[in-house]
Amino acid sequence: MLYREAGDFSSTYAQDSQTFPIRFDRYRYYFVLAFAFLVVPFLINDYWANAILLPFLIYAIAAIGLNILVGYCGQVSLGTGGFMAVGAYACYKLMTAFPDVSMFVHVIIAGLITAMVGVLFGLPSLRIKGFYLAVATLAAQFFLVWLFNRVSWFYNYSASGQINAPERTVFGIAVTGPNTDAWATYMFCLIFLTLSAIIARNLTRGTVGRSWMAIRDMDIAAEIIGVNPLKAKLTAFAVSSFFVGISGALFFAVYLGAVEVGEAFGIQKSFLVLFMVIIGGLGSIFGSFAGAAFLVVLPVVLKIVGVDWLGWPTDIVAHFNLVIVGGLIVMFLIVEPHGLAQLWRLAKEKLRLWPFPH
Amino acid sequence: MKYKLGTMAIAAIMAAGPVMADLVFPSLSYRTGPYAAGGIPFADGYQDYFTMINARDGGIGGVMTRVVECETGYNTEKGVECYEATKGEGSLVYQPLSTGITYQLIPKTTADNIPMHTMGYGRTSAANGDVFSHTFNYPANYWNGASGAIKYLLDENGGDLSGKKIALVYHNSAYGKEPIRTLEELSKKHGFELSLLPVDHPGQEQKSQWLQIRRDRPDNVIMYGWGVMNQVAVQEAANIRFPMENFIGIWWSGSENDVLAAGAAADGYKALTFHNVGSDFPVFDDIQQYVVDAGEAAGAGDQIGTVLYNRGLYAAMLAAEAARTAQGIHGVADITPAMMRDGMEALEITEARMTELGMPNFGPAFKVSCENHGGPGLVGMTQWDADTKTWSMISDFGPSDMEVIQPLIDEDSAAYAAENNIASNC
Repeated sequence: MLYREAGDFSSTYAQDSQTFPIRFDRYRYYFVLAFAFLVVPFLINDYWANAILLPFLIYAIAAIGLNILVGYCGQVSLGTGGFMAVGAYACYKLMTAFPDVSMFVHVIIAGLITAMVGVLFGLPSLRIKGFYLAVATLAAQFFLVWLFNRVSWFYNYSASGQINAPERTVFGIAVTGPNTDAWATYMFCLIFLTLSAIIARNLTRGTVGRSWMAIRDMDIAAEIIGVNPLKAKLTAFAVSSFFVGISGALFFAVYLGAVEVGEAFGIQKSFLVLFMVIIGGLGSIFGSFAGAAFLVVLPVVLKIVGVDWLGWPTDIVAHFNLVIVGGLIVMFLIVEPHGLAQLWRLAKEKLRLWPFPH
Repeated sequence: MKYKLGTMAIAAIMAAGPVMADLVFPSLSYRTGPYAAGGIPFADGYQDYFTMINARDGGIGGVMTRVVECETGYNTEKGVECYEATKGEGSLVYQPLSTGITYQLIPKTTADNIPMHTMGYGRTSAANGDVFSHTFNYPANYWNGASGAIKYLLDENGGDLSGKKIALVYHNSAYGKEPIRTLEELSKKHGFELSLLPVDHPGQEQKSQWLQIRRDRPDNVIMYGWGVMNQVAVQEAANIRFPMENFIGIWWSGSENDVLAAGAAADGYKALTFHNVGSDFPVFDDIQQYVVDAGEAAGAGDQIGTVLYNRGLYAAMLAAEAARTAQGIHGVADITPAMMRDGMEALEITEARMTELGMPNFGPAFKVSCENHGGPGLVGMTQWDADTKTWSMISDFGPSDMEVIQPLIDEDSAAYAAENNIASNC
């Protein structure tokens, strides 16, 4: 009923291969975009921005990045935290060295620097696969955190090793530092997320994405049919790290404002983003959004329900939180191993036939 | 039905909202995670003091206090969420009990015009009130602690530390790194040799650090640890038979949790402090009467009189006194966070006042000013007795080497002011 294709004809190839081939779906997509860009900025307050929306937007970018590597190219990575740290520290060095340049430029350059570092650590993937590659990227994680803790040039020789984001602007509007408006930081991250998702979506359905998926599905067969594994794997590492770097830069500069590498970008961050990708759905851009939303919003909702509504002690709620989130993760993986994206896909299939399934 | 639901929703909102004016003291606590052992007693002490004030005095200046607790798990992201969730409630002063969260909140609280009190932690150079207008770290900070430890060792060694070897075992984070610069300056001044041994979060694995200590045989070990790291370090020191009386922890490494695990081997371990220990103060009778007996004790109620409980109590007392000072300055009972800031800046704690509050010699007497948000930096030393399972003060609150510390504070705060374009506040 809702997702009816009747009367929805494609007369060109472009129409046939668009992201949202069903008209209803397409309108829903436009509606979500319009709502996010035109309505939310007028309703948002500090709490919504800093507690829910900013972490969701930023983790979604990281999840898109990791999904390209793990979900589309099949290269398991546990180095996401480390690559986010590269983005954050690159952004910090750029922000303090060139205070007059727009934040847009800083974040993008931070992403490019992370892409280069990612390629460097992606080189071992040409020789090793699977669990062994996971261990190699784990080494990247620990090495990068150690590096940013050890070399004081990265944190401008501050006494504590903390990096603090000074106030920087985009077209005269502050997006980092303490005096930002909620809508400005939200819009800044939203623009990056929208662009990242569009770029990622279009890369993954073009030549590059197909070569990644060929490598993922069977690397020897892919090589025989003419996919260059060197190029495919390294581009996957580069693109993935680019997005992860952008998310790291935003995480530090816009969201937290001050970070300490071991605490903010430790191994738990790598796992968190990996969980988002797995729960959301490997090899799906929508899955990255769903996974990020699940792991960012659910703890906050549980906290609000437990502490503010039911009035339970905070520690009990915090423990319940772990139990419920953990239990839900296990349940989702049993009920639907392909993640939330697959659930969504199934729901859409059902809706297409509803209410006459035969 | 719709109408009914609507009425119920309105009723719920009315019930949840404050019925009357009250003074809100948020408690960003952590009762879960690897640092919970330290977070629980502090949060309990903080809350119990306000419960007692409400029951005994009817609040501060006739206005009831309300503690809003929010669980951070010592995690900066949750800390931000807690800050945003509680700041709308009219929160008067933030005490996050985490250096990482402090670093985040310094610019945010300044922009939102809410004071923050980081007692014995956070950014040390926040002592310079000229730059950090809304951050206070009286009565003592990390650098006072570092200097206090060295001063104690100087007294122990007849005023001469040249040629001595001192090792710093520290939590490899912003917190643990804070004392390094001060200790380096002090090592230049007094001629001792400083070696640095970082321990990564959460600190359960310290074999290599203590192996190195065993090899280098330093005369003294100073520790800046927190959470599970402390117990492990004390146990490891016992394992290599490092003499405990030469092992000094900062105040965050000097609670019962840290030494009980090592049993008799921990006897003689020392820790710095900026407040008194034990429950031998009149205030504890009031706590017993108005809080414990009334069944209002926070948490499990089993922490009363422990070192960190006392610290929470002390923090709450200073906050309540600052609120009282603010009420006096502005002549308003229901103060705002901005007024609270003025109260903190004009805070004066005298011996007489502490006695009046049932806390004689509980902490040093001090005075805060616009330029000096850090107080005089008086630190004392405590020692653990494993037989009686008690901490006791072995030296009174004494001054630290401000000659070394003040230039460092000025330098670091000037760098912060330049980086963030902060104009002079005083």
